[in-house]
Amino acid sequence: MDKRLSAPLRFLGWLDDRIPVSRFWHDHMACYYAPKNFNFWYYFGSLALFMLVLQIVTGIWLAMNYKPSAEFAFASVEYIMRDVDWGWLLRYMHSTGASFFFIVIYLHMFRALLYGSYREPRELLWTIGMLSYLVLMAEAFFGYLLPWGQMSYWGAKVIISVFSVLPWGDELATLMRGDYLISDATLNRFFALHVIALPLLLGILVGAHLMALHHVGSNNPDGLEIKRRKDAQGRPLDSVPFHPYYTVKDIFGLSVFLFIFFAIVFFAPDLGGYFLEHNNFVAADPLKTPDTIAPVWYFTPFYSILRAIPHKLGGVIAMGAAVMLFFLLPWLDRGRVRSIRYRGPIFRGALAAFAFSFVALGVLGTLHTDRPWYNYTLRTLTAVYFAFFLLMPIYSRYDRELPEPERLR
Amino acid sequence: MSRDFDQRRRRFLTTTATVVGGGGLVAAAVPFLTSLQPSARARIASGPVDVDISDLRKGGARRTVKWRGRPVVVLYRTPEMIGELRENDPQLRDPKSLKAQQPEFARNEYRSLRPEYLVLLAQCTHFGCVPIYLAAGAEHNLGEDWNGGFYCPCHRSRFDLAGRVYKGVPAQLNLEVPLYRFSGEQKLIIGEEAV
Amino acid sequence: MLPGGAAAAAADGGETPRYHAQISDLHSLQRGLRLFVNYCAGCHGARYVRYQRISEDLKLPAEVMQRNLMFGTDKLGAHMSSAMSAADGKRFFQVAPPDLSVVARSRGASWLYAYLTGFYLDETRPSGVNNLVFPDTAMPHALWPLQGLRRPVYRTEEGPLGVPQQLVDHLEQVRAGSMNEEQYARAAGDLVNFLYYIGEPARMERRFFGPWVMLYLLLLILVTWLLKRDYWKDVH
Repeated sequence: MDKRLSAPLRFLGWLDDRIPVSRFWHDHMACYYAPKNFNFWYYFGSLALFMLVLQIVTGIWLAMNYKPSAEFAFASVEYIMRDVDWGWLLRYMHSTGASFFFIVIYLHMFRALLYGSYREPRELLWTIGMLSYLVLMAEAFFGYLLPWGQMSYWGAKVIISVFSVLPWGDELATLMRGDYLISDATLNRFFALHVIALPLLLGILVGAHLMALHHVGSNNPDGLEIKRRKDAQGRPLDSVPFHPYYTVKDIFGLSVFLFIFFAIVFFAPDLGGYFLEHNNFVAADPLKTPDTIAPVWYFTPFYSILRAIPHKLGGVIAMGAAVMLFFLLPWLDRGRVRSIRYRGPIFRGALAAFAFSFVALGVLGTLHTDRPWYNYTLRTLTAVYFAFFLLMPIYSRYDRELPEPERLR
Repeated sequence: MSRDFDQRRRRFLTTTATVVGGGGLVAAAVPFLTSLQPSARARIASGPVDVDISDLRKGGARRTVKWRGRPVVVLYRTPEMIGELRENDPQLRDPKSLKAQQPEFARNEYRSLRPEYLVLLAQCTHFGCVPIYLAAGAEHNLGEDWNGGFYCPCHRSRFDLAGRVYKGVPAQLNLEVPLYRFSGEQKLIIGEEAV
Repeated sequence: MLPGGAAAAAADGGETPRYHAQISDLHSLQRGLRLFVNYCAGCHGARYVRYQRISEDLKLPAEVMQRNLMFGTDKLGAHMSSAMSAADGKRFFQVAPPDLSVVARSRGASWLYAYLTGFYLDETRPSGVNNLVFPDTAMPHALWPLQGLRRPVYRTEEGPLGVPQQLVDHLEQVRAGSMNEEQYARAAGDLVNFLYYIGEPARMERRFFGPWVMLYLLLLILVTWLLKRDYWKDVH
């Protein structure tokens, strides 16, 4: 070993002989070449990773004081809010974090739709990402039972009864609850899944997602493959090393994100009942349903689809299909270009209509009304939602696409 | 890509961002770390404990109460018992209570606020067993000159009626005296200092 | 005498006044605490709230709290539990009086204010009173010595399907209380403010630290933006 090197460098050399620290940094940061034209939409990948870490860290701290028991759960949350020093901040970061995780993930997914990031050769990258999204939804669902408020209780009850329409549904529902009603046993197992099983699974999936990303390379707003044109040293033209260019950019993005995040945490943690629902400040009561039950906002688009179909089994199937269809996107899309910049008018219109239907279904899902227009609107929006996916093989093939440029703009 | 940037400006900005961001990280660690300390509930549970001493009037009368999960014994000593304390001095390891095993107010020959009431943490300074009170007249094999005191059943450490440790036993330190104060003639408050 | 439905209709149709609770006025919170202790705590508990926290947050010395504002316990660290057991409550009122620790978070300040000001005489109820926003509430009008008693004045309106319907138009004072209307409105406001505070004592800390965190993040945004801009000058 070279004695002229400084002590930290010599230690790094010692490490590198045994575990590839420097090579990892080289391969995934300093010499990972990313397209130079990332825009606003490309912040949400790193932000999603940040949210995962934040939820895990605040979650560990909450679990130190939370008690997963029907008798003490509600009280232990109030204990965290009142008796634990800074417990209120940890709790609000975690509850606000849940909503922001979904905001970030939805924008991250929309980015993939905009620029065709799910297209060949990134089908698996997309599929793994969608699996993580499914796990995230389960994680949020299990976590929502833990405060043991009225919304926790009745939300879980409704979702579990959704499974009862399946074959052997009642047996399945009993197996999920571990009891004949939502009870202490259910709370205890949801806690186990929420703090151990699903975070572990999510971590593995996110690792696989990043591995696939760094294998195929990042897509970009032009949808062009930068690896096709390389310079003399074999580096892709129109690219920059991830570090330092995208590290400084992502850190800037993170600062802006944190500003918005902490504005909510400190000044409106329940966000008028959207992030923390009012009825969840009433302890769970198996004998009394709250006046209105709606899921938390991030589930409402799918909840609206469930309500739009006037048939129990049909509604459940439609809701499941609404999530699952995302998995098929790489094979439904027959366009020749990836990016929205060179797509034809039909795809642009279809994507706009889809985005509108998703948001509108979400907004309508938070309303409580029985007026006739409500159900018709839900059904129309649901039709638009499904048409986007099911008609894609046709309209994406016959669209009038624009010519792609040779290099990134 | 060009390399013609201002080195000094870049280094300055990098340092500034590291300092500002690092400061934020340190500040963010504060809530996480302070939340690990005992909560309000634990602080209240470990608060002062009241002891009724109105019925401790006979020599050797004592009461044990739990304070912060540990036994505290309050013992009544007659003037004779207090008088005999001095006889033990040659056999003791720290007769003048020089080691900080008591609050300042109890650094005296009888190791208490009022001579007649001895307040001790009943926890052997060897390995933490609970010492047993043994009166001078009780049945024991601690020798002819035993003037009464505390005896640890775990490793046979001995302490006199002021909780001072004898020579030649495994324990090295006198029994600890907790903070306490009197509230009137009838009540003792453990865990609070007189103001 | 009117059918019970009349009041319910008023509750649905009538607009409840907006009330913005605020916790910055410590005197109001202290008055609210006094009202809570004297008029609510006999039946209702606030089992997650400690006297000690109130004494610290409302700047009330421990001796004042212990002498004037705590009944049934002298332990400053104790929770504000109710003097009445749930079983007794159920016997007296058919339902056990709910715990009020987080009632402001589930009901909201406006609802609480409307509830406290919305009691009126109704002989059909066991307690002799009914409420505009909580029809057929089991709770008697605990604050009546302050507000006095009021009776409803009805008006008839055409309801759904053209059936005439009687609605509470306004409430008329029939017996004066120790406070006039303005004083009572302020007292109800004080009590709501107090309930709002105990619903989330951490609100005081949030409000204190929030602006500093925001200021710091603005600085961080500025610094990281300058850094990012400097690096990206390399890229053409």
